[in-house]
Amino acid sequence: MIRAALSLALVLIAAAPARAETVVAGVSLDEIGITARFDGTEVLIYGAVRREEPEPDGPPLHVIVTLEGPAGSVTIRRKEKIAGIWVNTEEVGVSATPTYYSVASTGPLGEILDPAEDVRQRISVPLAVRAFSGPLEVEDARPFTEALLRIRMAEGQYTLSEGSVALIEGTLFRADFQLPANLVEGDYKMRIYLLRGGQVIDSHRSALPVRKIGLERTLFLMSRENAYAYGLMSLVLAVVAGWAASAAFRLMRR
Amino acid sequence: MQIYLPIADVAVNAILLLGLGGVVGVLSGLFGVGGGFLITPLLFFIGIPPGVAVATGSNQVVASSVSGVLAHLKRKSVDIPMGCVLLVGGIAGSAGGIVAFNWLQSLGQIDLVVQLAYVVFLGFIGLLMAQEGVRSWRRARNPSAGRTKRHQHHWVHNLPLKMKFRASGLYISVIPPILVGLVVGVLAAIMGVGGGFIMVPAMIYILGMPTKVVIGTSLFQVIFVSAFTTMAHAVTNQSVDIVLAFLLIAGSVVGAQIGTRLSGRLKAEELRMLLAFLVLAVAIKLALDLLLTPSDLFSLYPGNAP
Repeated sequence: MIRAALSLALVLIAAAPARAETVVAGVSLDEIGITARFDGTEVLIYGAVRREEPEPDGPPLHVIVTLEGPAGSVTIRRKEKIAGIWVNTEEVGVSATPTYYSVASTGPLGEILDPAEDVRQRISVPLAVRAFSGPLEVEDARPFTEALLRIRMAEGQYTLSEGSVALIEGTLFRADFQLPANLVEGDYKMRIYLLRGGQVIDSHRSALPVRKIGLERTLFLMSRENAYAYGLMSLVLAVVAGWAASAAFRLMRR
Repeated sequence: MQIYLPIADVAVNAILLLGLGGVVGVLSGLFGVGGGFLITPLLFFIGIPPGVAVATGSNQVVASSVSGVLAHLKRKSVDIPMGCVLLVGGIAGSAGGIVAFNWLQSLGQIDLVVQLAYVVFLGFIGLLMAQEGVRSWRRARNPSAGRTKRHQHHWVHNLPLKMKFRASGLYISVIPPILVGLVVGVLAAIMGVGGGFIMVPAMIYILGMPTKVVIGTSLFQVIFVSAFTTMAHAVTNQSVDIVLAFLLIAGSVVGAQIGTRLSGRLKAEELRMLLAFLVLAVAIKLALDLLLTPSDLFSLYPGNAP
């Protein structure tokens, strides 16, 4: 026990010099509200590197910023040709995978991030997204995972923009994220990593809430919590519109 | 102008939706159809999830049918008892259709079934209309050709439970109209249509109803079946998008007026051919989607399959 505590203390002392550089960060928005006019939004994540002493020599400083949406379940289905038409046959269910994930960095991830560190922190897109659970109904789930990544990357739900983080004077950095229009509500996790020689020397985490607001929220909640009233409201809308059209038409003919 | 739809969770151009509703409205004014069979596939094409497209489509059908039936009530061309009998079958069929819809959705086959149903029915109806159009066009050019007399009495009319339908001038068993209602109800729930385009030929050819009361009666019962379907979708799978419905209805209501005015200026045969081509075009587009190798064999569906 004492030995364990001692070795922990040693590790902490050894780690102390690396803590010489820490990250301070901010976001351009406190909260994202999805309204009827919502058509995606830009988010600027900025920050600075705080140093107690002059910048050390050796490998250059790099920054990686990630933004991760709430997890959601998804089913991946594969089509096969049966009797001349394309039909969904095999499927793989994923219980929790981010609905949005974006990585921005000062350079190519392969060069600035050690693979072991990537596994530990789950930074790159395939590692952050990988989240299979439960028994698989198919022999080889790999094509399904690849399809999930490919489709979501093509739709802009998963993005990797290497070199898009601007690092000025080795101190100030900024990362711009373009969030798509089909955002899912929830808390978006923001992570910032400072790296040297492929190793993480400091990190910062915070959350960016995304909420439906105003009419959008009212309608969405009503459809879930008060489905009968919502259905009736839709019908009343339809009947009134239909009647009004007929009445207006009669007036115009007169 | 992009607008974010709260249930479909996608941002769509509001002008496009108004326009879409408008075009379908013009068609419904021109041809006296509810337009559900066109609006639902058009919603698929612009990227609305099929579940939401179907449920919201039935809400739009309520609006256009109400608008249409009021005119027919004025003209007394609605057979209300017949409408009620059809409705009995329709509600039962619609309830069954909703159960089938939710089951197919959990299997991941709803898109396939909806698309197949559209290809088969639109293709069939489109061909029928094209044939009818060609025939009446020939008749218009050659008026001496005789008209074919429609078959009047089937054995199905003599089943038990006979009832008098004054407006239609019929004394037939209630079983065939209930069955017709049932089949149309199932299709309405699965395809998100009012079913007028199937109901109308069925009423004429199977029930032997006179043409003048067919459209009004069909609209009358479609209102209730679609209202029931909308309600059932709203309660069981929460896929009715009221913002989407509002935009479509606003467009179609205006479009229907324009359509009704236009219909006086165009020739009936030309109109019918036009609609036939349109219906066939939609059917062919949907059929190609099923037959051609998809660009990606994999597809994602929100939610976890049980």
